[in-house]
Amino acid sequence: MAALGAGAFCLLALAPFAWLVLTSFKTQLEVTAIPPTLWPGGSLEFYRSALTRYGLMHFVLNSLIVAGGTTVCTLCLGVGAAYALARLRVPGRPWLMGALLLVSMFPQISLAGPIWRILQAAGWLNTYQGLIIPYVTLTLPLAVWILTSYFSELPRELEEAAMLDGCGRLGALVRVILPLAGPGVFTAAILVFIYAWNEFFFALLIMTRRAVQTLPVGIALFQGQFTIPWGEIAAASTVATAPLVALVFLFQRRIVSGLSAGAIKG
Amino acid sequence: MSGLILDNLHKSFGPEKVLDGVSLSVEQGQLAVLLGPSGCGKSTILRLVAGLEEPDQGNISLGGRDLAGLAPKQRDVAMVFQSYALYPHLDVFGNLAFPLRMAHEPKAEIKRKVDEAAELLGIAKLLAKKPGQLSGGQRQRVAIGRAIVRSPRLFLFDEPLSNLDAQLRGEMRLELAALHRKLGTTMLYVTHDQTEALTLGQVIAVLHQGRVEQVGGPREIYQRPVNRFVAGFLGFPPMNFFEGSVQDGNFVCPTPAFSLPVESVAPGPAVLGLRPEELTPGEGTLRGRLELVERVGGQSVLHLRAGEARFTATAPADFSAQTGAELSLDPAAARPHLFRGDKRIN
Repeated sequence: MAALGAGAFCLLALAPFAWLVLTSFKTQLEVTAIPPTLWPGGSLEFYRSALTRYGLMHFVLNSLIVAGGTTVCTLCLGVGAAYALARLRVPGRPWLMGALLLVSMFPQISLAGPIWRILQAAGWLNTYQGLIIPYVTLTLPLAVWILTSYFSELPRELEEAAMLDGCGRLGALVRVILPLAGPGVFTAAILVFIYAWNEFFFALLIMTRRAVQTLPVGIALFQGQFTIPWGEIAAASTVATAPLVALVFLFQRRIVSGLSAGAIKG
Repeated sequence: MSGLILDNLHKSFGPEKVLDGVSLSVEQGQLAVLLGPSGCGKSTILRLVAGLEEPDQGNISLGGRDLAGLAPKQRDVAMVFQSYALYPHLDVFGNLAFPLRMAHEPKAEIKRKVDEAAELLGIAKLLAKKPGQLSGGQRQRVAIGRAIVRSPRLFLFDEPLSNLDAQLRGEMRLELAALHRKLGTTMLYVTHDQTEALTLGQVIAVLHQGRVEQVGGPREIYQRPVNRFVAGFLGFPPMNFFEGSVQDGNFVCPTPAFSLPVESVAPGPAVLGLRPEELTPGEGTLRGRLELVERVGGQSVLHLRAGEARFTATAPADFSAQTGAELSLDPAAARPHLFRGDKRIN
């Protein structure tokens, strides 16, 4: 019974994605055929067209820059903040943690106006940093929470030993704590990267010039005035999703252990 | 050159007073033991000396240098933690080399010093292993090795043997004593185990509720405890205390009824302490009914009762008597410890 439920759930969750992947390998004729064909003939026509006519790689590159930049910035800030929250005597620590959580609950639409205004004034609309900075603020709470729970798990004596052995606080963090917190850092990195890679709303709002648009926005704008290029959209979406799926499958064990840190004593 | 001097240390954590005026002076090259029950503040003293905490009040100096405000790494002290605190992501070589690398020593020098320390501690074959692959005793050796490689001015040991099994603890105790003789470095050693303190310590400071109760050599604090706490804390089975009074040159105890001549003690209420190992069944004025015989290897511990008073004595391992039997002991055979208002008076 449980297996049946799990099976049904997987089917429900994966069916649209499977349909997308199948569509991407069809020909124009198969896509519009009635009744619809299930199995594609195995044509790569849509991929070729997405890459050449729609400039898919251009969007992939932009997404890599934005998501990569966001991940690096968020982790640099997050590691410092999380270490302080986990280890130093920060007054009002529980309130700070709660405030972080609260901030991440804000609906994006309520932030969009002010953020757009600020970026316009700074002249950062249509720039990478104009998108990276809002992403960092949005992903930082999650990263800080994951990292804080991970750092709190590590025994204090290790840093104290490192400090007696000749490290300062920062040295102890870099040489002893970070290598040991690897799974936690990795989990935070992957979740932040996925968020930034998939984000659509802010990207659409801030990036109005094609030169800097990210993948989700680019794919959405494949659509012309009179035609919807289903095949190319499917191919581009597959390209956008496949690396993430691969990443998560490869590292799912580490991600789960990173997320459940603090749940039980190891 | 002067060793380690603690002067009137005070430390509180919130409302909880952990150290209440601790002073202690350890000579250069001496092995000093801080002994006390858990929660007496002995580990806090180590952390203050290490620089992991700052005292609220008081001074610490090492080799004539005031340590106030110095970061742990500037103090030239090494610490062996109770949990060993080995770096799990580094192999044994990496662990031993860590403090040397932090000090930017040349590579060849690091290798030489690590090999030397590993040789000394018998862990030369383990250098490529990770701490997770080692046994408790091996981890202990690595932790000690990491402390000795950079020849610090002072070693701090925080209950280093308490995670080992009894046999290994005995071996390591001897090895530590030998190591101290070899290195001749000042050591401050924290433990709650009196055997460890008495076998290792050249000077022992007995701590209780954030205060130093007595400082002295192992024989001195065992044979002449200055107050009831020290008298009761050291020795196993613990010292017997008899409530009574001193009159006309005699200590007189109502239950169990006996008296004992004592010299040059002012009359008044007093408590007499007698060590169980100095009381054995035979002829004498101290009588009690045998309630239980506890066989502890080489000897038997006798639990006796007289009226409401309970006390213990010892006998050879092959001692046999029925429980309920009336036994006589000679109180004059034992060294008397007389206390009044907690303080020793004889």
